[in-house]
Amino acid sequence: MSEKPSDAEILKGLADIVEEVAGVATDDVTTEKSFVDDLDIDSLSMVEIAVQAEDKFGVKIPDDELANLKTVGDAVNYIAKNV
Amino acid sequence: MSNVDVVITGLGATTPLGGDVSSTWDALLAGQNGIRRNDKEWVERFDLPARLAATLAVEPTEVLPRVQARRLDRCEQIALIAAREAWADAGFDLPTDEHESVDPERLGVSIGTGIGGPVTLLDQDDILEQQGLRKVSPLTVPMLMPNGPAAHVGIELRARAGVHSPASACASGAEGLANAWQMIQNGRADVVVAGGAEACIHPITVAGFCQSRTLSTRNDEPERASRPFDADRDGFVLGEGAGALVLERADHAAARGARIYGRLAGYGITSDAHHITGNHPEGVGQIRAIENAVRTAGLTAADIGHVNAHATSTVVGDIGEAAAIRKALGDHVVLTAPKASMGHLVGGAGAVESIVTLLSIYYGVIPATRNLENVDPRVGLDVVTGEPRKIELAAAVNDSFGFGGHNVALVFTSA
Repeated sequence: MSEKPSDAEILKGLADIVEEVAGVATDDVTTEKSFVDDLDIDSLSMVEIAVQAEDKFGVKIPDDELANLKTVGDAVNYIAKNV
Repeated sequence: MSNVDVVITGLGATTPLGGDVSSTWDALLAGQNGIRRNDKEWVERFDLPARLAATLAVEPTEVLPRVQARRLDRCEQIALIAAREAWADAGFDLPTDEHESVDPERLGVSIGTGIGGPVTLLDQDDILEQQGLRKVSPLTVPMLMPNGPAAHVGIELRARAGVHSPASACASGAEGLANAWQMIQNGRADVVVAGGAEACIHPITVAGFCQSRTLSTRNDEPERASRPFDADRDGFVLGEGAGALVLERADHAAARGARIYGRLAGYGITSDAHHITGNHPEGVGQIRAIENAVRTAGLTAADIGHVNAHATSTVVGDIGEAAAIRKALGDHVVLTAPKASMGHLVGGAGAVESIVTLLSIYYGVIPATRNLENVDPRVGLDVVTGEPRKIELAAAVNDSFGFGGHNVALVFTSA
């Protein structure tokens, strides 16, 4: 993306990835949700989601950062800060 | 020592003839053909001499939810499809936290495969080479491992008595059943979902089989290419498919009023210790496997009315098997060879053909062997051709043999 995406755009893009990888409806991917506890996403799918998010938003998500992204909101904030 | 009575209460399959057991069985009885031209671009690109394949009649991705399908190798997909059908056919519900149809600690899985997930392995290797580490799927290992099909079935059905995945090439599915029977004999489980699966049609497997000169090259006549026991046979046709059977302690099945298709009454497993691909010239391992199976079942050769043959349509293999059957059982048994219709399902073959054997007993009819126009005079046995044959069967044998010198014979009896 050439311009910095808004938080809403990041959330939308992330929701599309989560839907593609884990089959969670995009409407259910909201900022307060936990990837593991609420969306039932396992560690293998999280790796795929991270790689796709890196490509989509042009950010780097190292493994130690990925471990801190508990909620969708955490991921949106991280991407917004690092894009 | 008498055996624990093991009955079969559920059947499931997906094959080149149909996406479930009933469509496969109906197509087999109707003499339909499941072998097609392999029109993948790589056949031309590598100038492969064998240009046929027995691909699935129903794509697994049409049956499974999209997200589940993308997490599974094709071999795992079809094992799961067959196991689900068998599970439902047995009258069980999928487990939930509120209800488990079978005590998980008394439920086992034994699903074999010849190779497992070579297509995943090779596709991911291509991705690594071309796109680098980041694009390699985190699911690569669980998708390629040969215990993957059994493991996924075990997770879905909550099987905690043990999950096994025998690998004995083309005998893997039969060994899956033998192992399941043994689990019930040993008291480790009351119910075992057993069988085999294979989906390994890929340029390298086809090229490898071409180089071992085992595939039919009757490329212009797909429907006539697989011809077990026929004088003009020239090799097997590589297929893909899965079969699953629910094996159950008879008293467990009786207590819940289950429908019983028949019994797995015994098995024989031997090994040739002779050659990695070739048959032992006297077939001693095959003979002993069949004899041991009959003895384990508490029967004699005279009790066996029918053999569902392994017969893959190779020049040497079919004749060796016919000789072994004559030696082990005599010349009264009636044969059929389902690979004429659906090709060679490798690790799935022993399971799908065991279902056919059992249904032959259950319905009293043996499907005909397609393409048997001119029986090789060295066969010396009655092979059903033309129309299916109505026949009352009390007991029948299913043979399976695999590269490596694996010999597995299973004895099925009527309910």
